[in-house]
Amino acid sequence: MTTTAASMPSALLDVGDISRRFGGLQALRGVSLRIERGQIYGLIGPNGAGKTTFFNVITGLIAPDTGRFLLDGQAYEPTAVHRVAAAGIARTFQNIRLFAGMSALENVMVGRHVRTHCGALAAVLRTPAARREEAAIRARAAELLDYVGIARLGHLQARTLSYGDQRRLEIARALATEPKLLALDEPAAGMNATEKLDLRRLLERIRADGVTVLIIEHDVKLVMGLCDRVTVLDEGRVIKEGVPAQVQRDPAVIEAYLGRAHEPEADARGAGAAA
Amino acid sequence: MFSAANLRTPLPQQQRLIRVLVIALILLVLPLAAGQLGAAWVRTLAFAALYVMLALGLNIVVGFAGLLDLGFIAFYAVGAYTFALLASPHLTDNFPALALAFPGGLHIPIWFVIPLGAAIAAAFGVLLGAPVLKLRGDYLAIVTLGFGEIIRIFLNNLNAPVNLTNGPQGITLIDPVSIGGVYFDHALDLGFVRLSGLQLYYYLFVALAVVSALVCARLQDSRLGRAWMAIREDETAAKAMGINVRNVKLLAFALGASFGGVSGTMFAAFQGFISPESFSLMESVIVLSMIVLGGLGHIPGVIFGAILLSVFPEVLRHTVGPLQMQLFGHIVIDVEVLRMLLYGVALVLIMLYRPRGLWPAPEHGSISAGQGQR
Repeated sequence: MTTTAASMPSALLDVGDISRRFGGLQALRGVSLRIERGQIYGLIGPNGAGKTTFFNVITGLIAPDTGRFLLDGQAYEPTAVHRVAAAGIARTFQNIRLFAGMSALENVMVGRHVRTHCGALAAVLRTPAARREEAAIRARAAELLDYVGIARLGHLQARTLSYGDQRRLEIARALATEPKLLALDEPAAGMNATEKLDLRRLLERIRADGVTVLIIEHDVKLVMGLCDRVTVLDEGRVIKEGVPAQVQRDPAVIEAYLGRAHEPEADARGAGAAA
Repeated sequence: MFSAANLRTPLPQQQRLIRVLVIALILLVLPLAAGQLGAAWVRTLAFAALYVMLALGLNIVVGFAGLLDLGFIAFYAVGAYTFALLASPHLTDNFPALALAFPGGLHIPIWFVIPLGAAIAAAFGVLLGAPVLKLRGDYLAIVTLGFGEIIRIFLNNLNAPVNLTNGPQGITLIDPVSIGGVYFDHALDLGFVRLSGLQLYYYLFVALAVVSALVCARLQDSRLGRAWMAIREDETAAKAMGINVRNVKLLAFALGASFGGVSGTMFAAFQGFISPESFSLMESVIVLSMIVLGGLGHIPGVIFGAILLSVFPEVLRHTVGPLQMQLFGHIVIDVEVLRMLLYGVALVLIMLYRPRGLWPAPEHGSISAGQGQR
């Protein structure tokens, strides 16, 4: 399979044949995905299709049963979450996981951890190098807060931020790790229309600034408008891959989302009988 | 502009300087004043400084990194026994080979013992930390509690077949601290003032406590301190930010333990005698109470809690006993019993009315504060 990677060197993320079983449930069955540099890539599918499991596997949170993993042409082992972050994949979580008791700015400063080096001794002695690094961390974190549009909220405790702002903060924190790939797990969940529009602008800007984005999303309209390419998962398997317009018309995709034509009738009858 | 790490408005340089000078003056004069009341009060103050160090060390583990540790006193014990063994006749008495190597007896100087005590305690910290990396909350508390007891029981029983710790009888004749020819078991005449040994110890302990507080404050405001807090808030998210949780946790255990180790060495030199009895579970609980009562994770609060809980029982001892004698002619409630009763009541009241401690970290960024900035 390495020949594929060599012949198409531009893929940023190239993972293949990922499987993972949880007891009796085969959550992922040989999933493969290629994301080109500079794209916003959508991963969609009905509930329970394995999207979040896929996310957790490529970011090292869950060990796969099988799979091969290439990031930016380099093989990486998704065995430890912090090493995946160092390799260049940053993620957000479906149910926001901020450091709730820390300020918004501190949250983003934590994101700089993996790209900085100051140890305990340098911190205690406040060496010139440590001071410089600390100032740089702070400046970069403030910049990122501004980038996602919440510069004025830096001093607030993360838990006091509004829902939409917490989502933005999570993105800023992920960007602080200087990722090659930014992986977002349902970033628009629970957002209203205005917030979604803001999010869309932000993601387009992130793409324009050269960060590749992988996004799990339920909102079909958002995905179709935003993504360059889309993969549809169903029951742990890729059922379609392509540009959004093409994927949207695919009968298998429609079936996965809506079920077969006769099923809604059966549901309606069932509901009628119950009533 | 706000100082982002702690979100306090930094005091103007001059005001800060004045504050530091006032505190320094109080710390300098305090033992002289207490000396007038009696040596016992100077001793209490010296112990308060030792407890401040212990509390600051435990605060790194529990307050910063959020790892509940109920066996912290074990590191105090490790530090104390390190010094006791290296600066008393115990080892040379029991091991003839050592007596030959050190004909004048073992007298390791203090400058060597402080870093050594810190290092050995840190090693024990890692020893405890390594197997409990995946445990949290109650489970971690139980294991650390067991660890503390294991150390104490070892110290109690390592007098046979080879007499290493002298068992429950403890180790006596431990050298006092001596710095530059000044022996801390003798008074020092400076000409204008005569300092008793206790007062000398007090100054040494306060100096160490101040250094500890400074180290803690700098650690808290650093990349490492933020990593600890991130782990405390959400371990999975911390990992996703590229934090090597294993190493950072071990560092918290090791650094916290080293504070315990240093104060242990000081305790041994101060007392001249140590036995396993001094390192019971109750001591761990008291140090934990100090930081919870003062304000978990907030350095001034932790210091306040340590001073309060170490001075308060002495005040009680000097007031309640004589008072009862006067009123009833005999002791109705033993001071020790009363102390525990009051501890219990105090902790219940704290949990009810000030769950974040008497002097918690400023609640940074409440919504209303944010509105002002918009």
